[in-house]
Amino acid sequence: MNPLIKLLLEGGGLSTAQMAQVLNLSEAEVNRQLDQLKKDRLLLGWRPVLNLAEEEAGVVRAVIEVRITPERGGGFNRLAERISRFDEVESCYLMSGGYDLLVFVNGSSLQKVAGFVSEKLSTLEGVLSTATHFLLRTYKEQGFLLDVKVAENDRLKITP
Amino acid sequence: MDPTRFVARHVVNLPRSGIRDFFEVVSKMQDVISLGIGEPDFDTPWHIREAAIYALEKGKTHYTSNLGLIELRRAINRYVEKNFGISYRPEEEILVTVGVSEALDIAFRALVNPGDKVMFHQPCYVSYHPSITLTHGEAVPVPTYAKDNFALTAEALAAAWQPDSKLLMLNLPCNPTGGTCDQRQIEAIAKFCVEKDLVVLSDEIYSELTYEGGHTSIARLPGMKERTVFLHGFSKAFAMTGWRIGYACGPATLIEAMMKVHQYSMMCASIISQEAAIEALLRGEDGMKAMREQYQRRRDFIVRRFNEIGLKCHLPRGSFYAFPCVEKTGLKETDFAMGLLQAEHVAMVPGTAFGANGTGFCRACFATGYDQLIEAADRIERHVQKLAAKR
Repeated sequence: MNPLIKLLLEGGGLSTAQMAQVLNLSEAEVNRQLDQLKKDRLLLGWRPVLNLAEEEAGVVRAVIEVRITPERGGGFNRLAERISRFDEVESCYLMSGGYDLLVFVNGSSLQKVAGFVSEKLSTLEGVLSTATHFLLRTYKEQGFLLDVKVAENDRLKITP
Repeated sequence: MDPTRFVARHVVNLPRSGIRDFFEVVSKMQDVISLGIGEPDFDTPWHIREAAIYALEKGKTHYTSNLGLIELRRAINRYVEKNFGISYRPEEEILVTVGVSEALDIAFRALVNPGDKVMFHQPCYVSYHPSITLTHGEAVPVPTYAKDNFALTAEALAAAWQPDSKLLMLNLPCNPTGGTCDQRQIEAIAKFCVEKDLVVLSDEIYSELTYEGGHTSIARLPGMKERTVFLHGFSKAFAMTGWRIGYACGPATLIEAMMKVHQYSMMCASIISQEAAIEALLRGEDGMKAMREQYQRRRDFIVRRFNEIGLKCHLPRGSFYAFPCVEKTGLKETDFAMGLLQAEHVAMVPGTAFGANGTGFCRACFATGYDQLIEAADRIERHVQKLAAKR
């Protein structure tokens, strides 16, 4: 695996300047490699991982199990892509098991999300059924623990 | 009247740890970037901690067999066989100890007669020489050199050897130098040990953290298993330093001798740590490999930076220590380390804390975050440049 990808996977939120130092490359070269990763669709983009639960103008999130009819010559792809294009859809996955697509949806209110499901999603030709689950509370988001207190760094400063 | 008169003579004469003095100064300072910590910056992986919690919930709070839980000893045998190619019988050839530190202590107490000559390569871990003193042995240091990347050579061993030498203490990969031996070098050392009928204590605590070239345990070489006590643990590879859990493997007679000391002084290692250790051996390898990869990247970065700064530093093949030479600054290692600490709040341990052959060197531990390493390297560079300007 590309050393730059390995470094990105390690997390740690390094700036491109810091990544350049660690990898012994110029910053320009790191940026060039990042651009190439984007072109190759290995790096899709950057998103901050936010915990908006405490915000007043928060976000309502739902996970929807969607059963769809596979199409001759296209399988699930055409319909899955069509669903994915909606702005409300954050993520869309083809799953094994009792349903076909797992769709993560964000909306500014419960009504907005419910409206999206009933007006835009369920009505699509090929969608057989939906089961909507509303997210109540987040414990861990994209590798970050939310309520667990981060322990103070009380390590001894010098040890043999 | 002074209570010192109550203290045993050989303890009065035991020198204070050089690390401890440095620690006293560092602990009083704020905002220090410490490259002087001899342990991983990772917390123990959660699945191992969770196994310990579960053990507590199940009520595992009692003494175990002196030798350690049999399930742990079996897991140790499988792990050592798979990763080191040596097979030890769990019933009588494996002893679970309170860290490798205890294994070393009881090994010395079980094997060293007063006056026995004990060889050890240095610079080395701070405990070895004092342990020899505490058991009334005679310490015979064997130098290692930067020109060999601090590998122990059979030539240096032969040059330092004295008649009636009994024991060889090995630590490969080595704290503080990061030096280790390749297959050819360790074979030559093994031949020497057989020839001179030495018993070997092999502390291989950093062996999983070998980055290139692989690690060969001396115990698997011809003629060595019957004369080697293989010491290993969980502190570095599985980030379990505070759990105080390790083990010794060796011929039944030597393990039995160590057991005699262990059963009276320690009884058994903590049952919780033993339960956690089982989990580490059964399911901890992926996590360990991920940590090793991260250490390797940090190693490559910090060694490159030291060389860029002008502090010549070999690429350590194992452990998470870099050992740069500070002679170019014209300062003694202790003065350099103290000056760096006071001027730039970066702590590195002077090499002489690890033995006379550490003169001119400092130890830097790179088991810490990138931002700390990058910042520390920049500060060291600034300090070295200021020193050069003054000269």
